[in-house]
Amino acid sequence: MSDDIWIIGTAMTPIRRHLDRDVLDLATEASLGALDDAGVTMRDMQVMAVGSQFEPYTFGQDVQKQIGQTGIPLYNVHNACATGATAVRSVLMEIRAGEADMGLALGVEKMTGSSPPYRMAPPKAGKVFEPEGRDGHVIATEGVLGTGQMFGVFAQTGTDYARRHDGVGFEQFAKVAEKNHAHSTLNPLAQYQRPYSLEEIMSAEMLAYPNTLPMCCPTGDGAAAVVLVSDAKLRTLDPDVRRRAVKLSAAVMTTDPYDPSGFAHPDVNTLTRNAADQAYERAGIGPEDLDLVELHDCFATAELVHYDNLRLCAPGGAGEWIDRRAPWRDGELPVNVSGGLISKGHPIGATGVANLYEVATHLRGEAGDRQIEGARVGLTHVIGLGSVCVVHILERGAS
Amino acid sequence: MDAIYDPAMTRQVPVVDYLVIDDGPPHLVGHRCDECGAVYLERRNACAACGARTFSPTPLPATGRIESFTIVHRGAPKHIGPFVSVLVRLDDGTYVKANLVGVPPAADAVEVDVSVRLVTYAAGTDDDGTEVIAFGFAYDETTAPAQG
Repeated sequence: MSDDIWIIGTAMTPIRRHLDRDVLDLATEASLGALDDAGVTMRDMQVMAVGSQFEPYTFGQDVQKQIGQTGIPLYNVHNACATGATAVRSVLMEIRAGEADMGLALGVEKMTGSSPPYRMAPPKAGKVFEPEGRDGHVIATEGVLGTGQMFGVFAQTGTDYARRHDGVGFEQFAKVAEKNHAHSTLNPLAQYQRPYSLEEIMSAEMLAYPNTLPMCCPTGDGAAAVVLVSDAKLRTLDPDVRRRAVKLSAAVMTTDPYDPSGFAHPDVNTLTRNAADQAYERAGIGPEDLDLVELHDCFATAELVHYDNLRLCAPGGAGEWIDRRAPWRDGELPVNVSGGLISKGHPIGATGVANLYEVATHLRGEAGDRQIEGARVGLTHVIGLGSVCVVHILERGAS
Repeated sequence: MDAIYDPAMTRQVPVVDYLVIDDGPPHLVGHRCDECGAVYLERRNACAACGARTFSPTPLPATGRIESFTIVHRGAPKHIGPFVSVLVRLDDGTYVKANLVGVPPAADAVEVDVSVRLVTYAAGTDDDGTEVIAFGFAYDETTAPAQG
């Protein structure tokens, strides 16, 4: 017996603009799907965590009213784009603390039908200048003092990497999107499932240089869930459940340490490097041992810098790595074979659970047309801007 | 509505409180941690680097270098249009985000790792006729190498 934690069930909804389904429909499909996949019911759950960035108040209890009110402890979780991963961690920590031996973690987001909450308001007409906020601004600063919009922030992260390293430019960033859109053609759960040529990507509408429209994740709806158990509990379950169990060999969360540039521009590199290094050490696994990676490609520029942050490529070599197609599904280390956030979609709260679904499904050998043959070890990574990072390393069960 | 425009009467306010426009040449001022020297542009209760709780105002240099940029098209405020956002490392190591001004919003017009200098401009007027003064950065002509 050990303190290992295992995934015994997982499910996700297709990511779409689900105009005919509400957020509880999506939450229910993923939750019940994960329970069914594990061959267990809500009666077996001793803890539950529900991640959604935009649903208010006691949303998790609303989900329980659809899938089973058994009186167990429940966490409602918000943590930006790492919301789903934080829900997983909440369940994992309850199990590791000995408070539970089995629990359900759900991530869900309904993003269509409302405008993105991070859109900056234009200056109000008919106004007298009055200082507001901690910076004493008198007009909206977006577009005056640079940008704080997501695609602009991550664009600057990309041009910063390009400044510091050779062989990185617009074309290398665009190649990331070319790869992920090609990968999603094999994933029936993906929001987009059509290939884009490099030329088409580079000539598409520019949102924030160097990120064009197909280099940015779409707005979509979806949910994903996992059932976690302790090592001791796993040993009591049916052989079929044990055979398909996937081990969480490392689960690491970091936030950004102080850096003098951090308040002017979020640093997504340092906390990712810290999380990756801790995860590799805890799992006793190095990047060279990985068979696939699902990383947080909210924008193409983000994916490229994370090749380096997660130690997948040689230091400073992310441009050369994509140039020689290393992260393609037939390359040396497949990255985002699901299509990634750029093409599979990015329902905020679901993302940090959906990446576990993807990797676990490959490790079980059940990924269908997009299966990475013989995959034994995988890594997932999410970043919530502000910032928070979660890295998981997963391994196929021994038996 | 029929008020006669008189520049001497025009009141000006800075776009943010860390821009100083009424004490010599326009410049930025930071909150410097009394313990470790970390500098913040916005008011802080305690220092994110060392936890100390007292700060002193410190004028910041007007020159620095561009570390990263983007050109925002989608979602740019309508009255501004596409703009160049830059992260500048000032000569004392303080970072500030602002617009790069005086260049067209085109990738081939923007250079990184070059010297820039703080500039100010009027960015609007409120119903009382008060003018807001914004800041940005422009290529530093005094230190720029000769072109061509």
